[in-house]
Amino acid sequence: MPLVTPLHAAHLKMGARMVEFAGYDMPVQYSSIIAEAKAVREGAGMFDVSHMARLTFTGTATLAYLQSCTTNDVDKLEDGHGQYSILPNAQGGAVDDIIVYRVSTAEYRLVVNADNHAKDVAHFRSLLPAAVEMIDNTDQTAMVAVQGPTAAAIVASLSDNATAVRDIPFFSILDVQVAGVPCFAARSGYTGEDGYELVCSAQDAEKLWWALSEAGVAACGLGSRDTLRVEAGLPLYGHELSDDMSPLWAGLGWVISKTKDFVGSQHYAAEREAGIRKKLLGIKMDGRRIPPIGAEVTVDGSVAGTVTSGVFSPMLGCGIGFALVGSTYKVDTPCAVDVRGQQETGCFVNKRFFKRA
Amino acid sequence: MNVPADLKYTKSHEWVRLEGDTATIGITDHAQSELGDVVYVDLPTPGRALALEETFGTVESVKTVSDLYAPVAGEVVEVNGSLNAQSELVNTDPYGGGWMVKIMVADTSAVDALLSPEAYAASLDD
Repeated sequence: MPLVTPLHAAHLKMGARMVEFAGYDMPVQYSSIIAEAKAVREGAGMFDVSHMARLTFTGTATLAYLQSCTTNDVDKLEDGHGQYSILPNAQGGAVDDIIVYRVSTAEYRLVVNADNHAKDVAHFRSLLPAAVEMIDNTDQTAMVAVQGPTAAAIVASLSDNATAVRDIPFFSILDVQVAGVPCFAARSGYTGEDGYELVCSAQDAEKLWWALSEAGVAACGLGSRDTLRVEAGLPLYGHELSDDMSPLWAGLGWVISKTKDFVGSQHYAAEREAGIRKKLLGIKMDGRRIPPIGAEVTVDGSVAGTVTSGVFSPMLGCGIGFALVGSTYKVDTPCAVDVRGQQETGCFVNKRFFKRA
Repeated sequence: MNVPADLKYTKSHEWVRLEGDTATIGITDHAQSELGDVVYVDLPTPGRALALEETFGTVESVKTVSDLYAPVAGEVVEVNGSLNAQSELVNTDPYGGGWMVKIMVADTSAVDALLSPEAYAASLDD
């Protein structure tokens, strides 16, 4: 039996089409992937992301511990702020990509990928000193991402502190009630839009979900979430990141500290010294076909690399994706993608197809 | 699911409308619903001869790719060019504007052997 989130019954009630993802029975779409992606770009949409794992680390040695086992500089965080980071392995690859929030110097909260939940917990545990405690809050809580240009106004209007909700900066956190439900709110997301990720208790999840729905927020599934994150140029673990791929290839050097020592840090120093061999570029197809994952990408008949993600972009009306290519390839270069035996033309572009105005 | 009474069907979710010896072929409402938003339909060139159950094209949706199978043998006489720019017709009007090919059928009695609307609808309930 697959696992279920606290919102599973709500998804079924809304008539969602369900798929198994990371061991959970999750909604892939409610109406249509294209309609849901548009709802987020034009108004507000909500995603059940309760399957993602939520871990709390406490103890006075937590900062030093997280400094040694994540790539970004945790010391730069202030209370109430968060940062995107990589959980590195000892070989220069990524165990996962994560978000680290500092509640206080003695309490940090992490959000990690559902697919890597057990692997991450085992990895953290293998490095955990006695003075740090790790608590897995995933099953006791739910997480709902509210995303889109009207997300801030809607969440603020449902909250008990509209000013604070509207004013918190990107990647900052706030304890606030939304629709009477106590939430840990982070101004972040995975769509390129403004919005929040709201963590609440499992038993309050439906109350929050239905209140957002009544306020006009469209329920959106994993399908549109993938479309929107590709449009926004955001990597997905298992596609653009893995145990065997350097996160520097994905262009994530900005979250890999050059000034601290951490697990595998010597690999990044050596890679930067020698020159990074590969890079991730966007591909914009001339037509509507979707670049298939794993497909060969060629430039003037020579193999340039492979497709790591591909979707149909409702915003652009064409197929888009990411390709991992040799570091000499540049944007604005015409390319071709092997779509099941047919060479379909496109162009390398900046991978941020969507930028918020 | 909408299963019009005046059409014939296949287990692979194509529908067939026979007029004279010309069969118009598309995919069913159930098929388009399972596929999700259709973004591209790859269709054969008119003049191509198709054997029974031969793959004659593919439907690509935001979620998946699915082959199209010839419900009857014959020659492709026309394809729906509107789908190049408006592939969403497959979702919005699967039995009308979303049609895919017209085939000059070699043996019209082969159409009789296809699934009736009742049999197709029952197969969806399994």
